[in-house]
Amino acid sequence: MGLLAFFRRTPPTASVAKERLRIIVAQERTNRGGPDYLPLLRRELFEVIKKYVNVDADAIQVNLGKEEGHDVLEFSVALPGSESRA
Amino acid sequence: MTLETESTVQSPAAQAESAAGSAPASVANASGLNAGASRLTEIIVVTSGKGGVGKTTTSASLACGLAKRGKKVAVIDFDIGLRNLDLVMGCERRVVYDFVNVIHGDCTLKQALIKDKRLDTLYILAASQTRDKDALNVEGVRRVLDELIADGFDYIICDSPAGIEKGAHLAMYYADRAIVVVNPEVSSVRDSDRVLGLLSSKTYRAEKGDTKVKEHLLLTRYSPRRVATGEMMSVEDVKEILGVDVIGVIPESADVLSASNAGTPVILHSQSDVAQAYEDTVRRLLGEDLPLRFLQEPKRGFLARMFGG
Repeated sequence: MGLLAFFRRTPPTASVAKERLRIIVAQERTNRGGPDYLPLLRRELFEVIKKYVNVDADAIQVNLGKEEGHDVLEFSVALPGSESRA
Repeated sequence: MTLETESTVQSPAAQAESAAGSAPASVANASGLNAGASRLTEIIVVTSGKGGVGKTTTSASLACGLAKRGKKVAVIDFDIGLRNLDLVMGCERRVVYDFVNVIHGDCTLKQALIKDKRLDTLYILAASQTRDKDALNVEGVRRVLDELIADGFDYIICDSPAGIEKGAHLAMYYADRAIVVVNPEVSSVRDSDRVLGLLSSKTYRAEKGDTKVKEHLLLTRYSPRRVATGEMMSVEDVKEILGVDVIGVIPESADVLSASNAGTPVILHSQSDVAQAYEDTVRRLLGEDLPLRFLQEPKRGFLARMFGG
């Protein structure tokens, strides 16, 4: 059906929908399961990091996971031009 | 919202057993209502978050499909204020008493249950048209469910209102199983995920630390043609995003509208693809393992192609 899609006026958008949903659902699930302070923590971290490095709000990921019986709070900050984990 | 209910009486033996992680078979699928007694009633909520995705159509068709197989089924409209299930089921002129009347003790449950004219073992409990948001409460819902269980119903289908407010919450609260109706479309998928979150935290089973509510996705308004051209997310896409198994895929079809126009649940329009897709879903609910159908655009025959049929 790739050929058919090619000739249609509207570009195929299902893959865009899927990618957007994948990201927002993952983000909302992180906030949902975890304690109420996570969104605020994420916002305040962003404010602090922004003082030193110019990053976008969506460059900061805060994840609460479980590992061998204890909770692990994981921050991931994508720095401009490179990616690092703190 | 308070969710306090009277604590269920559970025998120490049963508690010990569930603590040991081996619930006795007789209560394996019981939601704690009438726990201890061997309950065979399964409470199924049909929910979605988003409105207009096909909850009522689905509730009506699943209830009919189960009743066709001899199961004793009650289908309850939880959409207080906006009664609609009665219209889809074609019994709107036979509603005398409703769900809220039963809860308030204005009538007995037997007086309010409307017996379906097509299927002997199918009963409908209509929503009230009151504008009082507090007309339903958790104790009242529980009393009605307990009475249906005591009456030997095999299935209780709870048709949830849209949204995540009180009506939707009460519809899912005592569920053993949830069918989350979802359209392959961004807002519906996102709302479904919210509902899945509520199912795993705001239900009786979740609050009591009981076994989880069984969750299934039911995709509706599915257009294989648009999936093929990349305009619509596929079953696999939706399943991957939400991480929940798919119990059925209902193709987009004009038959849904004509069925609701006539007040006949679409599952009874047996030649329709939609009816067959709902029949498959019912069989899967009953434990059969069937492949999903209607995922490809139907091959049009020579005559259909010639005459554009």
